[in-house]
Amino acid sequence: MLAAIGAKTVDDLYGDVPKSALNAKIDLPAHKGELEVERMMGAMAAKNRAAGAGPFFVGCGAYKHHVPATVDHIIQRSEFLTSYTPYQPEIAQGTLQYLFEFQTQIAALTGMEVANASMYDGSTACAEAALMARRVTKRGRVVLSGALHPHYAATTRTNVELLGDKVVQLPIDTGATEDLAAAIDGETSCVIVQTPDVFGNVRDLSALAKECQAKGALLVAVVTEIMSLGAVKSPGEMGADIVVGEGQSIGNGLNFGGPYVGFFATREKLIRQTPGRYCGMTVDADGKRGFVLTLSTREQHIRRDKATSNICTNSGLCALAFTVHMTLLGEAGLRRVAMLNHEAACKTADALSSVKGVSVLTKSYFNEFTVRLPKNATGIVEKLAAEGVLAGVPGERLWPHDKDAHDLLIVAATECVTDADIEALRSNLERAL
Amino acid sequence: MTMNKEGRPTRGDAATADVVTFTGNKALQIEESLSFEKDAFASTGVDFPAPSGKHDRLGAMKRAGAIGLPGLSEPEAMRHFVRLSQKNYAIDMGPFPLGSCTMKHNPRLNEKMARLPGFGDVHPLQPESTVQGALELIDTLAHWLMELTGMPAVAMSPKAGAHGELCGMMTIKAALDAKGEGHRTRVLAPESAHGTNPATAAQCGFSVDAIPADETGRVDLAAFRAKLGPDVAAIMVTNPNTCGLFERDIKAIADAVHAVGGYFYCDGANFNAIAGKVRPGDLGVDAMHINLHKTFSTPHGGGGPGSGPVVLSAALAPFAPVPYVVKEGGKYHLVETRRAAKAEGEGTAGGRITAFNGQMGMFVRALAYMLSHGGDGVRQASEDAVLNANYILARLKKEMSPAFAGYCMHEALFNDDFLKDTGVDTLDFAKAMIDEGYHPMTMYFPLVVHGAMLIEPTESESKEELDLFCDALLDLARRAKAGESARFKASPMLSPRRRLDETAAARKPVLRWTPELGARAAE
Ligand SMILES: Cc1ncc(COP(=O)(O)O)c(C=O)c1O
Repeated sequence: MLAAIGAKTVDDLYGDVPKSALNAKIDLPAHKGELEVERMMGAMAAKNRAAGAGPFFVGCGAYKHHVPATVDHIIQRSEFLTSYTPYQPEIAQGTLQYLFEFQTQIAALTGMEVANASMYDGSTACAEAALMARRVTKRGRVVLSGALHPHYAATTRTNVELLGDKVVQLPIDTGATEDLAAAIDGETSCVIVQTPDVFGNVRDLSALAKECQAKGALLVAVVTEIMSLGAVKSPGEMGADIVVGEGQSIGNGLNFGGPYVGFFATREKLIRQTPGRYCGMTVDADGKRGFVLTLSTREQHIRRDKATSNICTNSGLCALAFTVHMTLLGEAGLRRVAMLNHEAACKTADALSSVKGVSVLTKSYFNEFTVRLPKNATGIVEKLAAEGVLAGVPGERLWPHDKDAHDLLIVAATECVTDADIEALRSNLERAL
Repeated sequence: MTMNKEGRPTRGDAATADVVTFTGNKALQIEESLSFEKDAFASTGVDFPAPSGKHDRLGAMKRAGAIGLPGLSEPEAMRHFVRLSQKNYAIDMGPFPLGSCTMKHNPRLNEKMARLPGFGDVHPLQPESTVQGALELIDTLAHWLMELTGMPAVAMSPKAGAHGELCGMMTIKAALDAKGEGHRTRVLAPESAHGTNPATAAQCGFSVDAIPADETGRVDLAAFRAKLGPDVAAIMVTNPNTCGLFERDIKAIADAVHAVGGYFYCDGANFNAIAGKVRPGDLGVDAMHINLHKTFSTPHGGGGPGSGPVVLSAALAPFAPVPYVVKEGGKYHLVETRRAAKAEGEGTAGGRITAFNGQMGMFVRALAYMLSHGGDGVRQASEDAVLNANYILARLKKEMSPAFAGYCMHEALFNDDFLKDTGVDTLDFAKAMIDEGYHPMTMYFPLVVHGAMLIEPTESESKEELDLFCDALLDLARRAKAGESARFKASPMLSPRRRLDETAAARKPVLRWTPELGARAAE
């Protein structure tokens, strides 16, 4: 090959690299066989406690659900796994059609008119919603609920402040009593509120939606547990302008935080200001129905510094996992598994409320609720972890600087939780307190 | 009709190419409707026990009304998605020479490792004591990235290349603000830059000033120098650049931008040409993202997920976002908040850019790739990628027109000069490749080359595969020149769909299935 190229050595091909920088010494181990790599990585994996290894009640934006075996088989098919963004639609109809189905599923679940083909995750989708509200309203002040997941709040703050805009963060609100409407002023671009919120409260956003509309601000609803939409009213029905969130619960594993699949849904009239990709329906030269990426004049590869977002690679394969799982569930399966989640949470809350010193703070919830412990929850969670029970997320983990939150424990119970798991949590908590 | 000895036909009579079948199917290509068109709104493919009905604390918030989601049985769902999959081209089927995108083989060991329950089934908010192996993995991958780039720090949480750019530029902005240099608002970026570069700069509140390319496809040094000034925050340079060329004057560029008090952001999307050969840290880079889904072979998955860690210079490291992993007293610790970071004397961290800890699933795959290849294999992969690209360049230049003279790095760039007066344009040429069984190269990018065709073979292609690919492209080029433009204009003819009407799609966007759409189709 070198002869055909007309070079003597491969290093001739690197002739433009400054001599002093070429072939730098790199101190890394030599290649290894498959068996040895498996051994090394297996050893690392073995040091982690897997969610499925015992009683597990950790949530707050990532949830342990049962994913049918079919899902993982489909997403490992070469044609999906090893393809690229569908820039050549004639040979990417498989990807494009599932994206179209994904968009339809998300729109239906959120109660919105349109949804894009995915974002990185819920938190970046939330930040993008704030940036979009800025473009739509031409205002520079974002109001964040005191029960928005702190990672979402921080991610949004980072993005919004880069542009010099203001963020107003309401204080921690465990009981869904905050007055968000009062925080809206003439400069407010949007109000961002989560439901079920980070403490588990299912929120009615109808009144807030009207206030937002009256004051010219957009209502951004965040859903970090999309399975809830099989049981509770959709934000779209309540009048939200943008609905964003995390789709991990359907089809995707916990993966220590990623990759996940963010979703972004809104009203049709706002579509030109949205971030991300869309798949649209069209016809081919023979008049047959087909799908293409569309509305790309909003995107970075066309609009460059005027683009609505810099996003390029997003969460295609995670969106496929979502679509396959959702297609297996259907509305009937979704409603059923959602109610199983709800029942598991109700049973868990009842069990915990019988423990002395523990009070359940959340009244109306889906599969997650908050309890107040008589002492700092971090130590209790560690104690229970040593007993093999992962009890939930201690308040200190999410609000390290807010002492009031340190005795809070946020507990999630999904369809994976058994009665024996609930009893293990109850009895171990009782012993630990 | 020919018969074998038993009188069974062995070969059909000459058939016409345009068979119209009753089903619309073409043998292995099976038409597949949308799941929403299957009248399955009441069924499900999963079997959960019925809820007891004893608990309901949703009150008025309970969802009423139909959602409108079809449910397919397992065999129906399997067929649905398998049929869809067969309408896709993939690296596992053949060459996928998309320049800049780096479609290399995805070893399945990496998939297997990512699915170990100790990685795949671990929650990001579990107590640290239960995730020491996960933190060790992140720390180990970080070490590899720092060693390969010669940089002292790395931010692991960015979710893709563009998110890495945002992370890096945000860090630069934070560093400037800390020095009281908020007046630096201009970012320089070559015209050949990927769209994410200017989009990122704008998302950070910077204005973008484009630098032209010189006649060799590299940054025009004189034009660049003329643009330098006290308001320059940074330059964003891709190296090797999007023309597939190494920026010869990279050190001079770095020195010049540093001399005026700006930073050097390197887009590392093309790191796969130099990994193990050249350390960006030796070239004056302050920040660079690495697309794990390119250089380190985590699968592209039809458009993600990716992962874009950003290596940082010592000056920028204190402004990196949370979270990050530290090792203290033999234990790994995840630093998750800005104030916690400060308390440890790490400076003011740059806030958070995403929930949780980054793309762990991609970290596992990338580390499995690195351990398998070793430092030696990573270098070899870079060399082979460059060798393959130059082989293509050498063979194709007989009929096609290279955009620039000389060797290339990991991708070969052509312009459309060779198609002049043939009536065939870059799009037609690319579509004709589809009928030959290839995914087209990247077209019309970079913007600085007319009718650009950017071919990146990666190290994964064998010489045999490359030869057939080159023969096929040479044949197409000859046909174009021989006046066969009608064939090009009509292509692709053999794919599951022919050219799609993108204008109509954008004019009246149909972005979801609706019952009305179904009704209209039925008419
Ligand atoms: C040169 C270049 N820069 C940046 C990017 C953006 O990377 P990502 O798609 O991972 O966001 C790409 C890839 O698409 C690229 O080719």
